[in-house]
Amino acid sequence: MTNASSTTAAAAAAQATVVAPLRSRGYWATVWLRLRRDKVSMGCAGLLLGLMLMALLAPWLAPHDPAQGVMSQRLAPIGTPGHWLGTDELGRDMLSRLMHGGRMSLVMGLLPVFIAFVVGTGLGVVAGFFGGWLNSVIMRTTDVFFAFPAVLLAIAISGALGAGFANAIISLTLVFIPPIARVAESITTSVRNLDFVDAARATGAGAFTLIRVHVLGNVLGPVFIYATSLVSVCMILAAGLSFLGLGVKPPVPEWGLMLNTLRQSIYLQPWVSVLPGLMIFITSLCFNLLSDGLRSAMDIKR
Amino acid sequence: MFAFIFKRILYAIPIALAVAAVCFSLVHLAPGDPLTAVIPADAPAEVVAAIKQAYGMDRPLVVQFGAWVQRALQGDLGLSVATGRPVMGDIALALGNTLLLAVAAAVIGFGGGIVLGTLAAFFNGRWIDKLATAIAITGVSVPHYWLGLVLVIVFSVQLDWLPSMGAGADGSGEWRWDWAHLQYLVLPAVTMCFIPMGIVTRTVRATVAEILNAEFVSALRARGLGALAITRHVAKNAAPTVLSVMGLQFGYLLGGSILVETVFSWPGTGFLLNTAIFQRDIPLLQGIILVLAMFFVALNLLVDVVQTLLDPRIKRS
Amino acid sequence: MNTPTPSAPLLQVLDLKKHFPAGRDFFGRPRQWVRAVEGVSFDVHRGRTLGIVGESGCGKSTTARLLMHLIEPDEGRIRIRGQAFGHGVGRHPLTALRKHMQMVFQDSYASLNPRLTIEDSIAFGPQIHGVAANAARALARDLLDRVGLKPDVFIRRYPHELSGGQRQRVNIARALAIRPEIVILDEAVSALDKSVQAQVLNLLAELKREFDLTYLFISHDLNVVQYVSDEVMVMYLGQVVESGPVAELYSRPLHPYTRALLESVPAQTPGERRQHAVLEGDPPNPIAPPAGCRFHPRCPHAEPVCAQQVPALRRVTGQQVAACHRLQPDSGYSRVITFEELPA
Repeated sequence: MTNASSTTAAAAAAQATVVAPLRSRGYWATVWLRLRRDKVSMGCAGLLLGLMLMALLAPWLAPHDPAQGVMSQRLAPIGTPGHWLGTDELGRDMLSRLMHGGRMSLVMGLLPVFIAFVVGTGLGVVAGFFGGWLNSVIMRTTDVFFAFPAVLLAIAISGALGAGFANAIISLTLVFIPPIARVAESITTSVRNLDFVDAARATGAGAFTLIRVHVLGNVLGPVFIYATSLVSVCMILAAGLSFLGLGVKPPVPEWGLMLNTLRQSIYLQPWVSVLPGLMIFITSLCFNLLSDGLRSAMDIKR
Repeated sequence: MFAFIFKRILYAIPIALAVAAVCFSLVHLAPGDPLTAVIPADAPAEVVAAIKQAYGMDRPLVVQFGAWVQRALQGDLGLSVATGRPVMGDIALALGNTLLLAVAAAVIGFGGGIVLGTLAAFFNGRWIDKLATAIAITGVSVPHYWLGLVLVIVFSVQLDWLPSMGAGADGSGEWRWDWAHLQYLVLPAVTMCFIPMGIVTRTVRATVAEILNAEFVSALRARGLGALAITRHVAKNAAPTVLSVMGLQFGYLLGGSILVETVFSWPGTGFLLNTAIFQRDIPLLQGIILVLAMFFVALNLLVDVVQTLLDPRIKRS
Repeated sequence: MNTPTPSAPLLQVLDLKKHFPAGRDFFGRPRQWVRAVEGVSFDVHRGRTLGIVGESGCGKSTTARLLMHLIEPDEGRIRIRGQAFGHGVGRHPLTALRKHMQMVFQDSYASLNPRLTIEDSIAFGPQIHGVAANAARALARDLLDRVGLKPDVFIRRYPHELSGGQRQRVNIARALAIRPEIVILDEAVSALDKSVQAQVLNLLAELKREFDLTYLFISHDLNVVQYVSDEVMVMYLGQVVESGPVAELYSRPLHPYTRALLESVPAQTPGERRQHAVLEGDPPNPIAPPAGCRFHPRCPHAEPVCAQQVPALRRVTGQQVAACHRLQPDSGYSRVITFEELPA
């Protein structure tokens, strides 16, 4: 067994030398090259791109008005001519509503993570780079937020603020800032202690320049991967808030809210009712797989 | 090591206080007056003032917070604005149900995760590994409230095997250990077990695979130790990491059950929280969040202590 | 190397001190202090190379980082051409100090930013000091050529695409880019293969002549130090125990520690190799250094006075100075010997 594994290690090393001469290609170019070879990731990326285009172009692509229902055609089954994915409890076309619903759901899944990425990285880098009392203040504050399970925190803040799109975004952002700040802080702390930062400091560069040129370039990548892994959590949480009635308000189409209203109809038209959830599932699965692919693409052995 | 444990326990005190402060401030996050739910809109000013005084809301915030913490320590979390009953009683009842559900989900999820993860690590790259990886990624990607709905459709609506709502046919909310009650537990527990199962599978797979690749395992194999002995060594070395992940996941089960409890109308803290939110019953909301967060703080503490005891290599400062 | 020593030293270091906190008590106050550097003083004249030697943990690398103010010294003065820098002088002179003095680190990989091209790494320093981007890039090409790397081949490469020797040449170019007078070489060739080491040492000698540089050469490798240095300073547990011109110090070491250190170097001919270890045991813990002379627990000549009084660094002969009671007539040591009595 020892022998076998050392042989495979040798084979892997040989293979590595074949792959290695990626001469003079920047880090991100190398990552992109590696990611392009990963079929699962590219499939997910394609699917997500399609979903985003569908959501973006919904007003032009959707066959029906998502807000206009025909009461005589309530809860039509999947496959009904004219309504291929059926209709909801108010007789509105499901396909059109799902297309339009993607807009809110994607925004609510991506925007909080994006804001949290910017703010959390900022806080984490400042805490990690300067250390001392600044670090203590920032990191001990994030510790407090870590004392709440994410779902509970999001629902508590949303519940206290009240329903609505803006409040949902605020509560979700607050949930994701502490974990991102923590990751950014720990990476910054380890980067700060590397010799090249000292060498740059020895040239007389100020803190701002050091962070901009030497720290951020080495911190943003790993934090970005971490943030992408949170997008699927955020999608599920955001739709969950809407599902509880804490997200967007009707009649705005949104997958979580649609799932909530269609819950009453599971005895009548079960398979139409599960469609919005299926969309959330597919999207979040794609984000997760893409994040995993990105992680291994960025894990370049020196 | 014991110095660390002692320090860690002491550190939990300011955290708990800060958590209490966050819960307390939730009232002031809420738009409008926290008493809008009880005071009629056309109430005269002196009535409003009298009610405020009765609730102690005319005093400075810090004093209110101090009094609130003091009462909370004695188990008094105030009166529900909606029902007028003490909040603590309702929460205690609901907490029992939530714990029951969380334990059931944890048993299924952790057990499944350990088995799947271990198999995946031992059969690295084979079909069983791929299956485990697929289950793991599905577990963390699926919106569990939707999964619950799908299970209800299949097992309640279509097959009519299991009930889909509540925690007992008589609606009393009182739990008994018989099939008449247990059948209500099956669907919500299975729904909730998927996230921890996914995460535990991932962790176990990664940890065990790393240990199997370590040199000392090769040495054990070279010495001719059997599969059982090697498994024991692996288990001993994987335990600290896996246990800490499971501890956190149990905390998430307790705090994250609100959506699933809502789907199944399971009379736990999550369901109660949902009620509190829609009746804008802020004392009840505050109380539930506080109790659940304190549970989570205690659990985190326990995980850290157990991990330190199990793995003396961990040096903490 | 026989230039007459100018009267005023280029670099003067006076009583440099740094204690690091070790272990904290319950309230976060340091429980103990590691006395990493304890009152180090020395002068370096322009155009010379001062070698600093000692076992690992003796404080030689900390001294380098203190000089660069990468670590803030607790005490001490640094003067370049008589002008004081650093401690208590205010913020601005630090940038000026860094224009006079640069440093090359041991780990050639860790000291280059993996996300920057070679060009960007070298051009970074000049840009900090106000050189325009284009001029800085031209300078980078120039220096790369000067350290023996073809600019067209290397300028756009990333650190991981270079060998250790090539990377260290880049680090040297980077250090020279802001035209320092003094370059600190902290174990700069220690991690390289012997053949590469020789090439880099030759390059350093050429650059020194061409750019009129002054070197502080820190190394644990006594052979290399002998080869490159004009003067040598020996450190033990954060203190200087001996210093002097290289030829004298190597031919007749004064301090028992220097003697032991030199004797532990394997001889070139097998017949002359010693059979037993000269220095026994590890250096004592710098958290609680021995009282008196810090070397006395390992010293073959130790007497009671060595455990009680700290020996001062004093001139013994010529330019050789040492901190040892055995060589100081008024120290209270019973068997004081003179320089002439010391075996070669």
